[in-house]
Amino acid sequence: MLTTLAHFISASIIQGTPLLYGAVGEILTEKSGNLNLGIPGIMYVGGISGIISGYIYERSTQAPNPYLCIIITLLSALIGSALMSLIYSFLTITLRANQNVTGLALTTFGIGIGNFFGGSLLGFFGDSGSIALNATGAAYKASLPFASKLGLFGETFLSFGFLTYVAVVVAIIASYIINKTKVGLNLRAVGESPATADAAGINVTLYKYVSTVVGGAIAGLGGLYFVFDYIGGTWTNNGFGDRGWLAVAIVIFALWKPKSAIFSSYLFGGLYICCVYIPGLTNSDKELIKMAPYIVTIVVLILTSIKKKRENLPPASLGLSYFREER
Amino acid sequence: MHEKTHEPLIHITKRAFLEPWKALIVRICAVLLALLTAGLFIVLLTGLNPLEVYAEMFKGSFSTNRKFWILLQKTAMLLCIALAVTPAFKMKFWNLGAEGQVLAGGLACTACMFYLKDSLPNWLLILIMIAASVLSGIIWAIIPAFFKANWNTNETLFTLMMNYAAIQLVSFCIAKWVPNGSGVLPILNSSTKAGWLPTLFEKQYFLNVLIVAVITVVMYVYLKYSKHGYELSVVGESQNTAKYIGINVKKIILRTVALSGAICGVSGFLLVSGTGHTISTGLAGGNGFTAILVSWLAKFNPFIMVLTSLLISFLQRGASQIASSYQMDDSISDIVTGIILFFIIGCEFFINYKINFRKKEDK
Amino acid sequence: MATAAIELKNICKRFGSIIANNGINLSVYNGEILSLLGENGSGKTTLMNMISGIYFPDEGHIFINGEEVFIRSPKDAFKYKIGMIHQHFKLVDVFSAAENIALGIESKERFNLKKAIEDVKAICDRYGFEIEPEKKIYEMSVSEKQTVEILKVLYRGADILILDEPTAVLTPQEAQKLFAVLRKMKEDGKSIIIITHKLHEVLSLSDRVSVLRKGQYIGTVKTSETNEAELTEMMVGRKIELNIERTEPVEPVKRLEIRNINCKNREGVQMLSNINFDAYSGEILGIAGIAGSGQKELLEAIAGLQHLESGEIFYNNPKNGKAENLRDKTPLQIKELGVRLSFVPEDRLGMGLVGNMDIIDNMMLRSYRKGKSLFVQRKKPRNLAEKVINDLEVVTPGPTTPVRRLSGGNVQKVLVGREIAAAPTVLMVAYPVRGLDINSSYLIYNILNEQKQKGVAIIFVGEDLDVLLELCDKILVIGSGSITGIVDAKTATKEEIGLLMTKSNGGASNA
Repeated sequence: MLTTLAHFISASIIQGTPLLYGAVGEILTEKSGNLNLGIPGIMYVGGISGIISGYIYERSTQAPNPYLCIIITLLSALIGSALMSLIYSFLTITLRANQNVTGLALTTFGIGIGNFFGGSLLGFFGDSGSIALNATGAAYKASLPFASKLGLFGETFLSFGFLTYVAVVVAIIASYIINKTKVGLNLRAVGESPATADAAGINVTLYKYVSTVVGGAIAGLGGLYFVFDYIGGTWTNNGFGDRGWLAVAIVIFALWKPKSAIFSSYLFGGLYICCVYIPGLTNSDKELIKMAPYIVTIVVLILTSIKKKRENLPPASLGLSYFREER
Repeated sequence: MHEKTHEPLIHITKRAFLEPWKALIVRICAVLLALLTAGLFIVLLTGLNPLEVYAEMFKGSFSTNRKFWILLQKTAMLLCIALAVTPAFKMKFWNLGAEGQVLAGGLACTACMFYLKDSLPNWLLILIMIAASVLSGIIWAIIPAFFKANWNTNETLFTLMMNYAAIQLVSFCIAKWVPNGSGVLPILNSSTKAGWLPTLFEKQYFLNVLIVAVITVVMYVYLKYSKHGYELSVVGESQNTAKYIGINVKKIILRTVALSGAICGVSGFLLVSGTGHTISTGLAGGNGFTAILVSWLAKFNPFIMVLTSLLISFLQRGASQIASSYQMDDSISDIVTGIILFFIIGCEFFINYKINFRKKEDK
Repeated sequence: MATAAIELKNICKRFGSIIANNGINLSVYNGEILSLLGENGSGKTTLMNMISGIYFPDEGHIFINGEEVFIRSPKDAFKYKIGMIHQHFKLVDVFSAAENIALGIESKERFNLKKAIEDVKAICDRYGFEIEPEKKIYEMSVSEKQTVEILKVLYRGADILILDEPTAVLTPQEAQKLFAVLRKMKEDGKSIIIITHKLHEVLSLSDRVSVLRKGQYIGTVKTSETNEAELTEMMVGRKIELNIERTEPVEPVKRLEIRNINCKNREGVQMLSNINFDAYSGEILGIAGIAGSGQKELLEAIAGLQHLESGEIFYNNPKNGKAENLRDKTPLQIKELGVRLSFVPEDRLGMGLVGNMDIIDNMMLRSYRKGKSLFVQRKKPRNLAEKVINDLEVVTPGPTTPVRRLSGGNVQKVLVGREIAAAPTVLMVAYPVRGLDINSSYLIYNILNEQKQKGVAIIFVGEDLDVLLELCDKILVIGSGSITGIVDAKTATKEEIGLLMTKSNGGASNA
């Protein structure tokens, strides 16, 4: 029983980690007033950028160096997803385009990029078979050597690849920056009331750009984690599924707080996987349980809007573009 | 003590108005630039000469009669969902839940086919299916609208979540109906064709296209000539004006979103009864989102939507054609769609704003 | 003579076709309080927004301590030690006072909210402010919010302070406190510009007064060498003979009886207190007052758009002689009672009309419900649109042009044309000639006179006292939400009304 529970917790964390990256990235973005519905697409691009660079590297050498594998793929995932958010930022911040429409187009585009390169990468190099970047996958999956010796505790909490821990650290750092630093104060002001921030001498455009691009890059790591740590360096079209939207849901569920997002992501990850661990479930019951994350998100959305407690509402200017000389 | 500062190099101001023909030129330029960029992208990937690329894309839709009908069918389905989201958008209600509403409609329709089989005359069964689809679409849409109207609950996020609730509901039903655990519902009633929309003029999709054409005209008339259409435009333009003339804003929100859900339900019906005769979670295939863009690009005019949905379907079919001719992945069509959308979305800036460059020389 | 702390030369700013500022010159010295006086829409706020970096001037030069500068953003304004306290506070609601004050400050030191709180307390002690630094803005009263705004500016070490109508939202006691603080700042050598309408404030507080009227610079006088009468004249202009025809009222009957109405705005500020008056048929009742004294709320209350705390509004129906109580009825219910009430609101494109719709569709706003048909009838509205275009000489490419594209005067003609087409028994108009040229204005006056002849009870909210005096039969003067006087327009003088308008709140009428 305890073992099952331990396995369940560990599986929840594994499922929750990509969601956590997506959610923290989106929180950072939304704090600046940008509702980036392109996050699901960005996460696909984060994943495929890692796959492409990793593939080129592993193909070029007989014995891939695990550190190089990680550095190369990590950097390309960051760059790829940052470029995606840059497209979003340029359109919504500089050209003041509608955020919903731009975000949805970005998701279409990003998922297209992911599936296209995932599906045709081997063809471009004249290779056949399927993508299997075992060396890089193993590098990402490598856990602390002594973890397995620490019994159940080690297996449950210490047996993950490094990106799992990085996700938590990133969430905590994001929380610290948002709540405790001057930059965070300014950022929240931009999202709540850009006109006020502007009048206070804050460069609204710069803050929006930086938080959106950094947020996108963080979200991209979620895709990277998925392709290397979770599925070990392979690619299946649409394999990432709807996890991107689940990350958007977590933002609401966590009330725009990165620290709450850690717990929420693992909870959602647990809900995603729990049907495997509950004995005697029919297939249909499992599907119904998977609906839970969305339903609880909706309930949270409704409750916060009815209660209208100011601290729990979305950033006040979320979804609106800012133009100083608006009359 | 003070640093010398200068007049800003670029100063952006809002335009009061841009003549329609100038706006049209801006938009046409954007589409052309987008086609050029998309072409360039494909040229870089395939090493083809650009003209061949466009010729190949053209083939994707027009080389055979069958391909042409597939284009029509794709356009019709995209258009139908775009028409559905339009009244809500015109009222500035951001319904991102078309995907879920289509699924809800399709699911109700499938359930009728699954349970009733050929126990009823086909015409009656189809009528029941339509009613069930429409009703489910309405229910799925009106839940977020109810909370929006009463508590101003954020409808963008709410409708988005409803999509995934619908997807899981469909998975649930499929798992219930298909005990073997494959998760795939086979084509229903393939021997009796009960609940299948009839094939007219030996064209499977004829009736689909016809129905959508009728909805297009009706929607145009509804938006332009009906009292309802007039009311929802006033609410969308200015809730202040609506209250000033005594419009009950809540009622209009609920009514309009219900209509939006109802047409999504019809789309679900057409996709099940008139197209696939089964259901999967990918029934709407992302069209629920693309439709939003189609409607928005056409500035909510149903007749222009015919063109925008045709443009997008054509590009997607063309890109697929290239993908299959050169053994690439079919998803290239999504990339091309994305590129087109970015350009058209971006060009609005040049219609709404004016860029002034520095007049004075530095002293 | 000393160099001015800030000097403006020939500043011009246009918004589309509207000229907000035209060739404005202004200067303020250190240790001086300058009042910027002018009616609503005279361009005061626009001018100040250009000093604080919100707008960028189309023409003209700004000098700080004698050196020309370009203020491209609020950040630039801070650099030149300029701080503005906006009329609509620029505060983040979910932040605490201290967080708002520390917002956007650039310093090399590590961010430390505790130190900021201490600094804020020091400023408070120095000038005698009382504030809880950790209180959230949304829990604060209006005057507390204003204090935060002022602290924000002082915390940045501003030497030039601009206050946009700071007393509009304050009680007299709070205003006195604020003035004490401002005088202290002046002693510290700061330059202060205060935008206001209230003459007694100008006289008791400032050293010099600059006056703007309709975007033009009128002049600057020393407070010690002027008086209320001179300032009023500079602000509203000399008495101009307009030659508006005033006909005798036709068989006046009590049409509307307003009894003791009170209402609050969304922020909970009392907007109307104990308003009592009657409006007669065949008469034009003028309403004079500084903008924002409750005129909007009064008209909206009658039109069924404003919730009342207490009081009644009776309409005497000429058809059946019944008195209907309109309180808390919706516009539709009022209409269904057979009350023919027309209302030309101040916000023409935001309330009276739909900017993106064409003239025909705007004509139907009031009448589209008629008939059982599911479809709107555009034939009658089209005829009406054509009639209005013809009769009122609306300059437009045609009836299918979106009203947003028309000029201000033509927009107003469309709105007035629609409202009188309903053959009203009560016609309320708010600032009907604002932004209109002379000819269009006269056209509107003539329309109002025609309606008066038809026995309509007209309520005219205006800002130009000459017009009110020549057009109306009676003038009701409103100040800070209370009636400060009702005068006979045939015998009253401009000065008399001007003084009633600027009568301090908290006076006899408010008790």
